[in-house]
Amino acid sequence: MSTDKTSKAPQDTQVAENPEAAAAAVTAVDPRLLVREQGLAGYVGEFKRKMRAGDLGSLPVIVGLIAICVIFQSLNSAFLSAENISNITITMVGTGMISVGIVFVLLLGEIDLSVGSVSGAASALTAVFAVNQGWPEWVAVLTAVAAGAAIGAVHGFFFAVLGAPAFAVTLAGLLFWLGFMLQVLGENGTINLKSDGLIGQLTTYFFADVAAAYGLAALVVAVFFATSYLGNRRREAAGIPTRPLSETVLRTALLAVVSFAAAYMYNQYKGLPLATVIFLAFLVLTDFLLRRTTYGRKVFALGGSVEASRRAGINVTAIRISCFAISGLFAAIGGLFLASKIASANQSAGTGDLLMNAIAAAVIGGTSLFGGRGRTWNALLGVMVIVSIQYGLQLESIAEPVKYMITAGVLLTTVVIDSITRKTQKTAGRA
Amino acid sequence: MVHVSATPVLALRGVSKRFGAVQALTDVELEVHAGEVVALVGDNGAGKSTLVKTIAGVHPIDEGAIEWDGKTVQINKPNDAQQLGIATVYQDLALCDNIDVVGNLFLGRELTRRGVLDEVEMERRARELLTTLSIRIPSVRIPIASLSGGQRQTVAIARSMLGDPKLVILDEPTAALGVEQTAQVLDLIERLRERGHAVILISHNMADVKAVADKVAVLRLGRNNGVFEVKTTSQEEIISAITGATDNAVTRRAARANGEDSQ
Repeated sequence: MSTDKTSKAPQDTQVAENPEAAAAAVTAVDPRLLVREQGLAGYVGEFKRKMRAGDLGSLPVIVGLIAICVIFQSLNSAFLSAENISNITITMVGTGMISVGIVFVLLLGEIDLSVGSVSGAASALTAVFAVNQGWPEWVAVLTAVAAGAAIGAVHGFFFAVLGAPAFAVTLAGLLFWLGFMLQVLGENGTINLKSDGLIGQLTTYFFADVAAAYGLAALVVAVFFATSYLGNRRREAAGIPTRPLSETVLRTALLAVVSFAAAYMYNQYKGLPLATVIFLAFLVLTDFLLRRTTYGRKVFALGGSVEASRRAGINVTAIRISCFAISGLFAAIGGLFLASKIASANQSAGTGDLLMNAIAAAVIGGTSLFGGRGRTWNALLGVMVIVSIQYGLQLESIAEPVKYMITAGVLLTTVVIDSITRKTQKTAGRA
Repeated sequence: MVHVSATPVLALRGVSKRFGAVQALTDVELEVHAGEVVALVGDNGAGKSTLVKTIAGVHPIDEGAIEWDGKTVQINKPNDAQQLGIATVYQDLALCDNIDVVGNLFLGRELTRRGVLDEVEMERRARELLTTLSIRIPSVRIPIASLSGGQRQTVAIARSMLGDPKLVILDEPTAALGVEQTAQVLDLIERLRERGHAVILISHNMADVKAVADKVAVLRLGRNNGVFEVKTTSQEEIISAITGATDNAVTRRAARANGEDSQ
């Protein structure tokens, strides 16, 4: 193979060596294939084409979110108040964290039904260690989170090594860890946490300084622009197609508008919530892990084709176990945030609609149930939709039964949209 | 004319392989030189796939010897074959539909830069590789699912070229492909030969074999049944070697057809 051509663009050397082949390569582009033109017009054209081809990405959920805001705001002007939005973004962290873990398992094309119970078990363990045993809170927290990862790894072992269906294994996990939690909590059933302790602060601490929120927004925008710009420069240097600068600027501008609007809104109330910062940090971390590392590439490969992954030398068993361990880890972290919100570990933790909401959030956000497609940012968008609806209905004091039915409707709509886009994508050859 | 070296890249000497009661291969001989395309043909159950799997290290041989560049080597597992420089493209291509062309080319051997996937370098090398092989792909950044069958086949073959192997084994690369796509794959095989790779091509399609192969090695019931120079051999001779007799349904039919023509 010719590795000595690093300094020149490959096309040029090809022309010099073999004009015929180069001509073939140039005329080779199938005229039916729509390749994006340069500039903003090309970008708009590609966007339209993607819409028609059913490659909707996060668009339905963003449109849905806007619709939710418009509807509830018109019903009650308190919906878009800084206080309400701040509360929504703090409440959603618990479910959102669990949902981030679910994305890893969904990417494999599998499901984890145990996350609700595992989150409950983790909060119970933390409370027992920190309150009953008197351990320092941070030790209790780390132990519980490690326990969550270990629990997930056990589920993964049964699935990946023994070959039991993940559905059945995690269903057993759902029951087992629910029982475990009730056992650990004991007779009393509720252990109260110190509201000013580490766990209590998770959802009650705010960076009250106005500069904190704006500073974070500025940092996010700056890092985004710098990485996009420098990435583009590297691509240019390597002689491969680049994004037009206008596109980078446009994306950065969009991000800046959203970030600074959020920062402004937080500063209208108590300031930047700690919970939101932690959630964003984990989202950035997991997104980086999935899309920028070999580990993430292996996860996607497994979701695409197990056989191809095996032949490529990927350790299928290890990746599977690790994804379930990550799911358990994030279930435990989510459980801590949920416990922090009510400042206690009680018997109802991790039960009810928590599991369904966590899975629904990932799916609503655009993660495929069939594996191989999705991002952890999907969990953020999805959980925003679910919690916004809950808060909106609460403001209208709509009773619990109706809330369940409406959330079910939203989930069903998303799955239907997912199925229809999948069909459209198949016909457009982009499935 | 393509230069053919004296020492074969790969030589099988009296290779035998048994599965329980079935003698799959008996005393098989095969030589492949650099810059040479050897077609491996035979009827179903003739032992083509078994032979390829012994070379690729999936099934270790029971008897005989495998020589690599004139030296006897042991190939006991797929990794051994890869270490030697043998790349195999199986019939089911083993590509991930959801990952783009670059990702598939480098699957399992991703390039990293400070622990992070080096997408830029991978894309540059992918483009360079595809260009040197004159492979026509609309974009290296679209998922495999968007490609046609022929394009997927060329991606799978290109992927096998990344490790710069000396020997490429292609298992039925043109099965289930259309006319245009078959031509693309055949072009690619010729390019591999021009670049000095040894190629073993398994095919049922005599037209393809005649088009690109230099030699045809025929297997019949697990034994050698002749090695032919493609240029000096007629299709009928190859087919009779495959079927194992000069008097059979195929030759009778051919004779009938000739008789009708002369009338």
